[in-house]
Amino acid sequence: MLIRNAPDLTERDVTDKALYLRRREFITGAAALGLGTGLGFQSAFAAPLPGAKSRFSTNEKMTPKDDVTSYNNYYEFGLDKEDPAKNAGRLKTRPWTVAVEGACAKPQRIDIDALIKRYPLEERIYRMRCVEGWSMVIPWVGFPLASLLRSVEPTSAAKFVVFETLNDPAQMPGVRAPVLDWPYREGLRMDEAMHPLTIMAVGLYGETLPNQNGAPIRLVVPWKYGFKGAKSIVRIRLQETQPSTAWQKANAREYGFYSNVNPEVDHPRWSQASERRIGEFLRRKTLPFNGYGDQVASLYKGMDLRRNF
Amino acid sequence: MQQSWRDRLVYLGVWLACASPLFWIVYLGLTGGLTANPIEKVIRTLGDFGLYVLIVSLCVTPAARLFKQPRWIAQYRRTIGLWAFAYVLLHLLAYIGLDQFFDWGAIGKDILKRPFITIGMIAFVLLIPLALTSTNGMMRRLGPRRWKRIHQLVYIIAPLGIVHYFLMVKQDTRPVVAFGAVVAALLAYRAVQWARKPAPKKRAAGT
Repeated sequence: MLIRNAPDLTERDVTDKALYLRRREFITGAAALGLGTGLGFQSAFAAPLPGAKSRFSTNEKMTPKDDVTSYNNYYEFGLDKEDPAKNAGRLKTRPWTVAVEGACAKPQRIDIDALIKRYPLEERIYRMRCVEGWSMVIPWVGFPLASLLRSVEPTSAAKFVVFETLNDPAQMPGVRAPVLDWPYREGLRMDEAMHPLTIMAVGLYGETLPNQNGAPIRLVVPWKYGFKGAKSIVRIRLQETQPSTAWQKANAREYGFYSNVNPEVDHPRWSQASERRIGEFLRRKTLPFNGYGDQVASLYKGMDLRRNF
Repeated sequence: MQQSWRDRLVYLGVWLACASPLFWIVYLGLTGGLTANPIEKVIRTLGDFGLYVLIVSLCVTPAARLFKQPRWIAQYRRTIGLWAFAYVLLHLLAYIGLDQFFDWGAIGKDILKRPFITIGMIAFVLLIPLALTSTNGMMRRLGPRRWKRIHQLVYIIAPLGIVHYFLMVKQDTRPVVAFGAVVAALLAYRAVQWARKPAPKKRAAGT
């Protein structure tokens, strides 16, 4: 293993704060003059957002930040992997309100900055397995979804949680074409949503979330395929019935509600037995529940995972 | 064949146009432009150009007729067709050597279990005799009728390529449908030519 522990020193420790703030101003000024172009541009605006270490983090080698922020599936900003990094810069993430509503005693509309300050932020270094057969290791910054859900006091009717992504054709060129049934919706069963591994991410690599990764707030469920992690969330709804999700609606034969990472259940068109970790040459074996089986397999006891894929 | 310097220059242009996607891929590779997942990007791009160049090769005959330049067929069709074969071959080799790293068990399973790979393999296998019989010597040995018969396989290969592409697309099928329409139009052109042919025994000018 290359990196056992996260390095003790970060860029912040070795660079004088006044200096790097001035550097930031310079970058902003340069961008305003049209000097900044291309990849990594948005992340130049990212603000530091540290999170406390977590026992849920993996010590696997992290995927380089450039790869995490330049290779994305975010169809609202285009279908190619490079499109989100190119097009998401125009997304305005302030002001931003997240509505938490439905089967709960205290529905809320929460301003994103208040929400980020509301819970202690943790760094969660998770494996991320895309349904397409590639994977990354990403240091998210966020808080458990359970904390947020508890605060709205779900009623007994709250059996499922629905997540809804912003749907704004003015800012998101991808939604102008009916590629998916917009807005993008994802869902979890209540026990999945309340699981301590499930987080709302507001940052990565110790900084606020880049737009192409789902700013200002997104869902991360590390034992499921990446598309379950709805990005740029505006609404979280508690309800009694199982929702139909965007990919399920697009192709129910290929994408199920659960979408747990499972090397035994192939996608109808390709094998899920192995994956390519971004940055590695040889494919590696895919693990059941993306390697989080010890923590989550019990959620699915007695269920036929071939049928409930 | 007598060739003027202009013919040679145009031929060089066609050759370079066919080769440019390969140069472009190499350039992207050297400058880090192949995304965080270069293996997939290389395989997809090679496959894309295999299909594009194959479609261009199907355009040569109708274009030669349209512009009344029958010599284009002899001059450019083989070159373009062989480039299409080269891209398809590289596409397959990249899948075998880079994506699967010669895991023959997994490759065999893919070919049997995944219809899009099955169809892609069939299309590739059908392309082999076309490449092998592309030389002047083979043309002479086979004679025009048999040679033409073999090369009419492309009317099966091109639609198979479209189906292969269509089946692997995750969601947005609009581009592949557009390419499918182009192939359909090019085949329809041939169908019309055949239907118009006065007598079956009479020799046609070309395919």
